[in-house]
Amino acid sequence: MKFLYSFLAIICFAFSLHAQKNVEKAIQTQFIMVEDGGTVELEAGTFEMSGSLAMDSKNDIIIKGKGMDKTILTWKGQKTGAEGIKITNGTNITIQDVTLQDSKGDCIKVQETDGISFVNVKVEWTGKPSKKNGAYGFYPVQCKNVLIDKCEAIGASDAGIYVGQSDQIVVRNSRAYQNVAGIEIENSTNADVHNNIAEDNTGGILVFDLPDLMKKNGGNVRVFNNKITGNNLKNFSPPGNMVAIVPPGTGILVLATSDVEIFDNEITNNRTLGTGIASYLYTQIPLKDEEYDAYPKRVYVHDNVYQKDSKRPKLNSDIGKWLFLKFKKDVPDILYDGIPEDGAMGENEQFKLGYEICVKNNGEAVFLNLNAKKGLKYHSKDAGAFDCSLEALEGAKESLVKGKK
Amino acid sequence: MKNALLLLCVGGFLFFFSTAFSGEEENYKLNLSEYGFFEGELSELIPADGVFSYEINAPLFSDYAHKARFIYLPEGTAMSYQNERVFDFPVGAAILKTFYYHQDERKADSPKRLMETRVLLHKKEGWIALPYIWNEEQTDAVLEVAGGSEMIKWKNDKGKKQQLEYQVPNMVQCKGCHSYDKQLTPIGPSARQLNMGSQLTELAAKGLVVNLPDANEIPQLAQWEHRETGTVAERARAYLDGNCGHCHNPKGPASTSGMFLTTHFDDPTALGINKAPIAAGRGGGGRAYGIVPGKPDQSILVYRMESEDPGEMMPELGRQLIHDQGVALIREWIEEMR
Repeated sequence: MKFLYSFLAIICFAFSLHAQKNVEKAIQTQFIMVEDGGTVELEAGTFEMSGSLAMDSKNDIIIKGKGMDKTILTWKGQKTGAEGIKITNGTNITIQDVTLQDSKGDCIKVQETDGISFVNVKVEWTGKPSKKNGAYGFYPVQCKNVLIDKCEAIGASDAGIYVGQSDQIVVRNSRAYQNVAGIEIENSTNADVHNNIAEDNTGGILVFDLPDLMKKNGGNVRVFNNKITGNNLKNFSPPGNMVAIVPPGTGILVLATSDVEIFDNEITNNRTLGTGIASYLYTQIPLKDEEYDAYPKRVYVHDNVYQKDSKRPKLNSDIGKWLFLKFKKDVPDILYDGIPEDGAMGENEQFKLGYEICVKNNGEAVFLNLNAKKGLKYHSKDAGAFDCSLEALEGAKESLVKGKK
Repeated sequence: MKNALLLLCVGGFLFFFSTAFSGEEENYKLNLSEYGFFEGELSELIPADGVFSYEINAPLFSDYAHKARFIYLPEGTAMSYQNERVFDFPVGAAILKTFYYHQDERKADSPKRLMETRVLLHKKEGWIALPYIWNEEQTDAVLEVAGGSEMIKWKNDKGKKQQLEYQVPNMVQCKGCHSYDKQLTPIGPSARQLNMGSQLTELAAKGLVVNLPDANEIPQLAQWEHRETGTVAERARAYLDGNCGHCHNPKGPASTSGMFLTTHFDDPTALGINKAPIAAGRGGGGRAYGIVPGKPDQSILVYRMESEDPGEMMPELGRQLIHDQGVALIREWIEEMR
């Protein structure tokens, strides 16, 4: 009898290896053959993928697992493909109730798609944060109407949740931790990032505009009601990447994006830079793109709560070291690089209309203007020029984003 | 306990059978042989009526596989010349590419192992791409929409043993490269690729290509492995055009990167010269720019060509080995750049 058990066990084991390959093939076949309006159901269990799963030119599709941590696709032994899942040229695609793990490159890339929703999806690189992890967890790029809701992103060597070169975006009720960047909105327009938790990343939430891209400048980005806390993780991004510039201890960083409103956030225990606002020139990377606007304008930081337990900045960045030398244990909360566009400042050193950086009603938060254009030695806590308010932004048209499915 | 195990096994087998792809699509055939593109022994790839073979100047590197290329045009139809894009094809046309290895690269008559034949069919609604995998007996190739993999061993031109789990892309991945303006498209048959010896004039003489301009107006790519066909820069740019340009152009899948590598671009930033990466991730290899003039070892382009890691390497698909000769050329080009 015992013999029969072992015999069956061996057969089943041999079969399960074979079955893994067949599950992958079955899922990939469904990704290809599913009819518009159809659903790809993923069973409960852990399934090993050896290559990228790809879907192209599909409409009104739901890809659905049995639940976060119940259906798990892992690319631990991935042999081919630059991402875990790649979806292109679709409309109204929803991915829900699934965990995706350990892809060699980006985890889920969605390109040129109008209507992409991620709901209750976890993307993670297991083990300790490592530069060997893939760059982006959630990676919609060149998309319209993007929703990321109730998702988790863990361990990305660039951004856990990244939305790039896209329009109409809502990221909400999600959690990003142990990534280099928790949530990043890049060269994107009309975005709302709200009610998320960004914790234990190098930087919590980034709003960036970069040069040399097809979609030149983002804007109309709102970051509100988020809990952005303890983002003091060592920057483990491979050097050379833009996020490698993010100093450990960053809560929110706005780089070159205009029309940004940051409000009602809890920004706590980010030891270097509660909130930073900088021009692309601050990166000191040569700039040749003439259509690109390197200066943040009309940025409004208001009604946030700033708090720090330990006041000594993280020292593993230039700015961290500089802040420690200047302020020891009493580092300011909100930093402006002080590199305004030529002609941005009017008489008596006030911003001209349309060029404002406004910082208001942030409790006890301390403001610092680095004055990097003139020289860091002219840094100043004088917030006079920044004591202004701007009209509330509208952010994403949620009806557009939510109305899709 | 016993019952549970049995159930597991039976369930597993049922699952296995239910997932095997079956069923015929009206649009295309399940076996390559059914099209009648070739006559005689299928594996000999002897073109039937209406089918002709062609060559291109700057082929894509595919793990040292050889490629046999054919075009089928319905009787009385022709390709229409385009200066920059691939030629216009009539509805009903097909483009076929068969990947194969010689058992021993040093011997011209060494037996071949055919791996796959990719078929592009031009339907009324547009192009479709179909991967056919050759069977063990080499008698036919069978459609596999989800792609597949197969071990292959051969000896290279130095007699060194090579081994590879050859990967056949799935139907969607075909479009990962064969994409222009979100539409599936052929890549190879462009003027600059086909302008090789008398190939184009002969095709025109047979009426297979129309609207051919004067010879001096037709663009031409250098043949990267033949020094006499161009300068280092010309050959390097031809190599990048053939290996990267299908994605790296403003209407291709790599438009996200802002790096454009067809021969139509001369803007240094578009080529990656002193350009910071956008989403290279660890593919950047810790290097600052796509190309650092004079410094191949500081250029991301070279790093990604020299990587065998799926999360880092370029191209993203269709390559597992490093193309030593291609890398050497790109290194030489960057080395001499000022």
